[in-house]
Amino acid sequence: MTVTTPQQAPPAEVPKAGATRLVDRVFKMRELAILLVFLVMIVITQIGNSDFLTEQGIKDLLLNATILVLVATGQSLVVITRNVDLSVGSTLGISAFAAGNYLQGGGNPVVAIGLAVLFGIGFGLLNGLLVSLGQVPALVVTLGTLYIIRGIDSIWVGSRQITAADLPDSFVNFGSGGISAVPYLALIALAVLIATAYYLKHFGSGRELYALGSNPEAARLAGIPVRKRILAAYTFCGGLAGLAGAMYLARFGNVDSGTGTGYELTVVSAVVVGGVVFTGGSGSVYGAALGALLLTSINSVLPALGVSSVWVLAINGILLILAIAVDRIVALRVALALKKRNARHA
Amino acid sequence: MTHPSTTGPAPVLALRDISKSFGAVRALRDVSLELFPGEVHALAGENGAGKSTLIKTLAGVHRPDSGQVVLDGEPVLFHGPGDARDAGIAVIYQEPTLFPDLSIAENIFMGRQPRRALGRIDHKATHAATLALMQRLGVELDPDRPARGLSIADQQIVEIAKALSFEARVLIMDEPTAALTGSEVARLFGVVKALREQGAAVLFISHRLEEIFRICQRVTTLRDGAWIASETIEGMTEDDLVRRMVGRDLDELYPKQDVRAGEVALTVSRLTREGVFTDVSFEVRQGEIVGLAGLVGAGRTEVARAVFGIDRWDAGQVSVGGRSLVNGAPSTAMAAGLALVPEDRRAQGLVMDMSIERNIGLTGLRTTVKAGLMDRGAERSRSLDWAVKLQVKYARIADTVNTLSGGNQQKVVLAKWLATGPKVLIVDEPTRGIDVGTKAEVHRLLSELAADGVAILMISSDLPEILGMADRVLVMHEGRLTAEIPRSDATEETVMAAATGRAAA
Repeated sequence: MTVTTPQQAPPAEVPKAGATRLVDRVFKMRELAILLVFLVMIVITQIGNSDFLTEQGIKDLLLNATILVLVATGQSLVVITRNVDLSVGSTLGISAFAAGNYLQGGGNPVVAIGLAVLFGIGFGLLNGLLVSLGQVPALVVTLGTLYIIRGIDSIWVGSRQITAADLPDSFVNFGSGGISAVPYLALIALAVLIATAYYLKHFGSGRELYALGSNPEAARLAGIPVRKRILAAYTFCGGLAGLAGAMYLARFGNVDSGTGTGYELTVVSAVVVGGVVFTGGSGSVYGAALGALLLTSINSVLPALGVSSVWVLAINGILLILAIAVDRIVALRVALALKKRNARHA
Repeated sequence: MTHPSTTGPAPVLALRDISKSFGAVRALRDVSLELFPGEVHALAGENGAGKSTLIKTLAGVHRPDSGQVVLDGEPVLFHGPGDARDAGIAVIYQEPTLFPDLSIAENIFMGRQPRRALGRIDHKATHAATLALMQRLGVELDPDRPARGLSIADQQIVEIAKALSFEARVLIMDEPTAALTGSEVARLFGVVKALREQGAAVLFISHRLEEIFRICQRVTTLRDGAWIASETIEGMTEDDLVRRMVGRDLDELYPKQDVRAGEVALTVSRLTREGVFTDVSFEVRQGEIVGLAGLVGAGRTEVARAVFGIDRWDAGQVSVGGRSLVNGAPSTAMAAGLALVPEDRRAQGLVMDMSIERNIGLTGLRTTVKAGLMDRGAERSRSLDWAVKLQVKYARIADTVNTLSGGNQQKVVLAKWLATGPKVLIVDEPTRGIDVGTKAEVHRLLSELAADGVAILMISSDLPEILGMADRVLVMHEGRLTAEIPRSDATEETVMAAATGRAAA
């Protein structure tokens, strides 16, 4: 026999206590906090430089964020499963070139975008297969594919370069056009973002991505097809990197063999700043998108305020560490709150 | 083998002549088992007897090398845990397998959420269904609360709710009571009984024999991977069952030797850690085993951690052999001759992926390092020495610790600390989750150590263990020491009264 507690009546009080609401609030707050930082930054810049928020200014802000938002959305899915895809920069580069190369020969813009997405899906599948079947850490595998894809890109592209002059006017106009201050590209990114968020919240397989990032062993025991889900997450991530490549081409009209180099680190920063936890299971694509918006806006804000753009990288880094520190502190406080609540109910 | 019942209902689930090997280790040899609707069936056996492998075979995690799993009279082949679940088999593992980031409702319905049009999850229905399950189980847990931070008991409730949610016909419970308090065990047994009355078959694994006798109708015993017997429990005694499990008569479970207490070895005075424990003072003398009893959460482990220097204390003093210890410095505690065998051996006591030899060697790095380099030979001989002394059962000393059974892992933790030649040994729940055979060995060992003059502080929630082994019993209640009871006066009543705060301090 073991130590027993005295007979007690079942707990009468309703445990819909503060703890749950607190946790809810914290996670909603996480996205809200980034939005707030973003808005404060914009307001300050506008006060310092009244030319900042012109129609063109807003359009530039949104255009700059668009491509990063897309790639960060895809990356979030992978990070939620406790993995990472470092090859997104290379994928973006090679997809952009594939689309440009096709358009140069007088192709249809819609087919070109489809082609870029297919390229992305192909490399996403490759990553997904290697990670899910190889049982090798994703960090290492995708570092490998980062170099492999970049290598293929370099051989294929060589010293060639695609410029806006080589592309159909309709495609270039689409890239810079929009409805008043809102670019078409941003609308596409927003649509993808909303659809992805909806999928993650309302579909079983979306929730399973969170489950397997939260506890891989439990996911396996719960009968979740772990490999299939990871493969799907990578494929989706690759597809979005491909789409982002097509958008890059439309926006800048300029692609060479170095396009997208180093982009993966910006993407991962945006995701983490946006509150997607690197150890999986937690975070939202909205957060990641806000993180992307915040990071790209700094690029516009500093010159507008007359600060040298050499500070951009350092500030990105500070934001990243700040975000992780905030997450950690919040996590500790939540754990404490939950523990206290348990103690009361013991 | 004999089929225990040839009349009456057909077994809902059966194993026929199952064998399973992992490399050279034959975990199961021609094991058969039948589960009938409406019975609670105990699976008994020492650690390493093959119980876990058998469960995982039923759960679709392992595929048997030979033999059949038979469901409703039809042989089936489970390709994974999902198949077993779809067949109505629910498993509650020793360590609950929840998703900490997801809500209780999502944990219960993961993979099987109620759907709306277009295959979307019906969050409202999920919430309502979870509430209904919680009501059925008589607990008040908020379905939207994340699983992170739930107590073990509540985590198990979530696991049971999961099993209920798909109307499992077979419920397998692997040591569900190991970390529960008495009232939580009672609540759990109430649920098990209700399930049985609804016609479910329950396979129940526990090291606490009295629990087997309390709720089970039949018992199947395994020993060294082989089937020993399947029989009705009525008419059996605990001794009969133990004999089946260990294959011999068990030596006395509490082989306490009388030892004259010597000098004071450990003095703890007015130790306080704010919000955790307050004003704790006691002494442990050489040769003495002092039991520290109390309810889970009374602050016993926390006191041990502070004494050893893992957590800092806010006020008070600790001294070993007259020398005071530095606050928050485990290395000085070790140097003074203090050793702590922690409660959670997997997380705190062992490096699971490291070999037995190196785990035992960890505490001896000071003595086995020569000129900055490891003397691997010295480490090996020292480790072998202790592994043999404690009769650890292993294939090779270079095997990783996670290949060992729970009881043998506990012996490795003990070996690791005994190798330091401690003057004061603190053991926290030394026999939780280990089988009777190993339990008796651990008790014999503690008794011998005390006879050699080691001062032992033993934290335990196992009351018979406290009463059987301790010279004196200290009792904690809500962070305070509420009683000190000499062996002669210690009974379940006196200890429980102090542990629940009913006695005058």
